[in-house]
Amino acid sequence: MAVNGNTKIMAYRRENGRVGVRNHVVILPVDDISNAACEAVANNIKGTMALPHAYGRLQFGPDLDLHFRTMIGTGANPNVAACIVIGIEPGWTQRIVDGIAATGKPVAGFWIEQNGDLKTIMDASRKAKDFVHFASELQREPCDVSELWISTKCGESDTTTGLGSCPTVGNMYDKLIPEGIYGVFGETSEITGAEHICKARAATPEVGERWYTMWKAYQDDVIEANKVDDLSESQPTKGNIEGGLSTIEEKALGNLEKIGRICRYIDILEPAEEPKAGHGLYFMDSSSAAAECVTLMAAGGYVIHTFPTGQGNVIGNPIIPVVKITANPRTVRTMGEHVDVDVSGILRRDQTIDEAGDSLIDMVVRTANGRYTAAEALGHREFVMTKLYRSA
Amino acid sequence: MSIPNIPHLLVHDHKDNVGVVVVEGLKAGTDMLCVVTADNSTFRLKAAAAVPIGHKIALKDIKSGDTAIKYGEDIGKFVQDVAAGGPVHVHNLKTKRW
Repeated sequence: MAVNGNTKIMAYRRENGRVGVRNHVVILPVDDISNAACEAVANNIKGTMALPHAYGRLQFGPDLDLHFRTMIGTGANPNVAACIVIGIEPGWTQRIVDGIAATGKPVAGFWIEQNGDLKTIMDASRKAKDFVHFASELQREPCDVSELWISTKCGESDTTTGLGSCPTVGNMYDKLIPEGIYGVFGETSEITGAEHICKARAATPEVGERWYTMWKAYQDDVIEANKVDDLSESQPTKGNIEGGLSTIEEKALGNLEKIGRICRYIDILEPAEEPKAGHGLYFMDSSSAAAECVTLMAAGGYVIHTFPTGQGNVIGNPIIPVVKITANPRTVRTMGEHVDVDVSGILRRDQTIDEAGDSLIDMVVRTANGRYTAAEALGHREFVMTKLYRSA
Repeated sequence: MSIPNIPHLLVHDHKDNVGVVVVEGLKAGTDMLCVVTADNSTFRLKAAAAVPIGHKIALKDIKSGDTAIKYGEDIGKFVQDVAAGGPVHVHNLKTKRW
């Protein structure tokens, strides 16, 4: 395979056969009011990580479905070795435990009603300690690069992302998708202005029609229903404008450079939905806000994220490494500690897109093998759930 | 690649009427080296203003109401006249959507 001679990675083979590149023991709250107990367990037992969040109460319908998909998908992600789930009551707690248990990995649920925080924390801490002993004895083993699931979404974009860092990701996908990886892109609102191109990049006209229906629904039901102006400062964001992007159309055309020249998407995913149509490129209906989008893609089962940035988005994720790519020399100069792959040579015309794509593949392989990304080293763990509408 | 000097301005496509400044500290009056990335062809253009890195410059004289073209595609409409070499951003370019 044409990936700089790298065909193997050292990674974790999970019970369900999937390949993980990190080995987390996660303490997962079902709901906002269980955050404190989860954080206490994570404080007691070293080598664990709590994922506090803001939701999980009085949600209903598709919004509740999304909550469960995100919770179960996060615990089921192959980068997670084992998972403790804590909720206020047993019913929804067990539903999430059962969803994660389908992967075969160790998972246990605890609830606070009729126990109180202190007993729950003690019981969950004892189990979390067992899970840390289990996870810390797992060994990395040779796996194929083609077994990776690699997501992408860009952020704090500027005009250099469309010239350099997004085409770099596109070049990676053009080389790795044919080898058998799973890919995904999204950011529904941010295709506006390039929707004719995106629709045409579907594998079949039927998939393209489904994509367009999904895109149009967000335009009609959310943007047109709620907008009070042309969304300037929101889409494009104030940071995008600072970087030189003027309109959503200009931003969208740069964004879409991430899917390269060759590959075509084979299916449309709901937010946080796991792909089920085999290897290839997918589109996930998702927000363009970085932390929300990466959280959804991680819940979909992706294990490494490639993140082109222009002005320097500092986002990370608690369970999947986020590889930052920039072509903006000012960002390299002023925010170098956030950059994993510097492709500013594309702007100087001393590096080709093909060479930049190879350098990204090299960094993806090193990251899969265990190298901390800039965001991991700097402690960025933005876990942000998407909510569809107000709770009951 | 055989481009002797670092370009000041990159243009995606020959159909485009705007390009992107890719160097820091561009000064008004600079005789810019411009590269069309589609085929690495070059041309020269005088910068009318000190435009920051990442911001756009008009490649020819433009009338209010004209469509801005980048990537060979429609990226919005001009709402002011712009002379060749002049800065293009949210003050003179607006979305056609929303």
